[in-house]
Amino acid sequence: MTDLLQSVVNGLLIGAVFALVAVGLTLIYGVMDVVNFAHGEMVMLGMYTSFFAWSLLGLDPLLSIPLAGVSIALTGALMYFGAVGRVLGKSPLAQVIVTFGLQVFLRGLAQFLWTPNTRTVPRPWAAGLRWEIGPVVIGGPQVIMAVGALLATGAVAYFMNRTRLGGAVRAAGEDPAAASLMGIDPRKMYALCWVIAGLATGVAGALLMNSYSASPTAGVSFVLMAFVVVAFGGFGSITGAALAGLLVGVAQGVVGLYAPSYTLAAALALYLVVVLVRPQGLLGTR
Amino acid sequence: MSAPTVLRRPSPARLSGPTGRRLPSWGTAALILAALAAYPLVFADSAAHNIGILALTFGIAATGWNLLGGYAGQVSFGHALYFGTGAYTTAALVRQGWSPWLAIALSLPLAALLAAAVGWPCFRLRHHYYSIATIAVAEIVFILVTNLPGLGQANGWELPVVEQSLANLQFSLLDKRPYYYVALGFFCLAALAVWLFLRGRAGNYVRAIRDDQEAAAAVGIDVHRYKLAAAALSGAVTALAGGYYVMYVLFVDPPSGLGLDLSVSFTLMAVLGGVGRFWGPLLGAWVLVFVQDVTRQEFSGSGRSVDLLLYGALIVLVSITEPGGLLAIGQRLWAPVARRLGGGRGGKAAPEPAGSAEVKP
Repeated sequence: MTDLLQSVVNGLLIGAVFALVAVGLTLIYGVMDVVNFAHGEMVMLGMYTSFFAWSLLGLDPLLSIPLAGVSIALTGALMYFGAVGRVLGKSPLAQVIVTFGLQVFLRGLAQFLWTPNTRTVPRPWAAGLRWEIGPVVIGGPQVIMAVGALLATGAVAYFMNRTRLGGAVRAAGEDPAAASLMGIDPRKMYALCWVIAGLATGVAGALLMNSYSASPTAGVSFVLMAFVVVAFGGFGSITGAALAGLLVGVAQGVVGLYAPSYTLAAALALYLVVVLVRPQGLLGTR
Repeated sequence: MSAPTVLRRPSPARLSGPTGRRLPSWGTAALILAALAAYPLVFADSAAHNIGILALTFGIAATGWNLLGGYAGQVSFGHALYFGTGAYTTAALVRQGWSPWLAIALSLPLAALLAAAVGWPCFRLRHHYYSIATIAVAEIVFILVTNLPGLGQANGWELPVVEQSLANLQFSLLDKRPYYYVALGFFCLAALAVWLFLRGRAGNYVRAIRDDQEAAAAVGIDVHRYKLAAAALSGAVTALAGGYYVMYVLFVDPPSGLGLDLSVSFTLMAVLGGVGRFWGPLLGAWVLVFVQDVTRQEFSGSGRSVDLLLYGALIVLVSITEPGGLLAIGQRLWAPVARRLGGGRGGKAAPEPAGSAEVKP
């Protein structure tokens, strides 16, 4: 019972990071109808940014959050203007393939520049923290990651749902032609989505460096989880993604307790069940 | 019911250009076959033969992918599943003492059945929903094979080394030409099967489904059934590659038989060469295998590899500049030359006349 409780808590904490990663993915999907297969690679680049901020500048992963966020936001803008923006309006196949190519490219770039070795930040500040609540032990890095991820996810949701600019982005997603008649340039809004997604994944990467190691393939499991989360929350729904992130985290924690080798398989099976049985997800409207 | 060709609507930016629906002539096929047959004689060293064997084997898999992804428009990122079905079935039976020919032959219907079984629920999904589902299925199988007892788990399976003969499908590693010509034979078989499918009614139907599924359904095409048919043949062709691959390397484990990277490479080969073009995947396979070989030598030992970097850059470049791949670029470059030559054989780059006879069922 204690183990189960512990797994649920751990799952909830990592679920917050899933939510943050998934928010950018669902935003790009909801507004542009593009699936960003390179999303996990953006997280991976955020992790490397944070790692090098530590190894070159001596910055704790917590302090490199703004740096990682801004760097990956720029990367996101580059990805949009350099590749994804150029295939909009072309065939669905070209749109599926282009982010897939970006994924391979970014992973290859990391492998070329930094070799497949894993990089870890030893003893980040957060690792010194530790709480015991009854029988449940909560590590500092997990709490920091979860709190940071929740704040960032909340910020994205606030921006999209409560600000004028966020409204403009949503308008461009719902009806690009009508939006452009209202003086909104859809292409700028699309670029903004990539910047926001970059911010979110960069922040997620820096947060993750508190207890994960960076490697060229570090993003793979996160993007697969993010697909599951996005499907579960309803493609395009930000609030849905946030909730689903926590749920999928808990599910992963619990499955991990009984069958640690099968957590990813269970999550992917969940994706299949969701898209086949309830394609609109928890909160989606499509 | 009217011919499905009436469904064509002008969509200039389709990934496969106007020539994408054209099937190869016997002349082109004979030329390509002759060049492939001459290759190991022109390049006599073992390393070149190795490149050729891998290019042909992966060319088979990519041609299989292209049938479903390029012609039927169902982009699968999980075709390693069928490659792995071929590899594991062949490995399992050969380890039991079966003839590799029988083992490979048996793996084909198995992969076709599996592809249909996966397609049955998943073909209700469209576009990226389908693509992600194919990743999910393939990754689940990868995880199961890695962890469950009975299929070699993470250690994989080695195949016994037996007497070298055509019957045993094992040859000398000093002179790899027999491996090459068997691969060529298998490629011809795969190409013939895909060609027979595409030239018939089913071929026109799947292309109609790719171009506009609603319109295809509206004129009475059983969309689900023809997607399943394409998936079954696509799976079987890809399994053929897996079966032969395992006989060549005599080893299979989850990453080499079922890994996501494998699915990625089939897709990349087809996209690079030309999605929805008959010879595109074969061309892409040769280019990628060659690039991989050259870069691995160049950067060996450093732990770095540039092949992924190059693949990714190529794919992005191809999809933003010429979604028809290298074949389309080649045709574009060839067009002015052909015109200057008097237009005698310039038909290759000429726009296809509407309702060309070739696409009639």
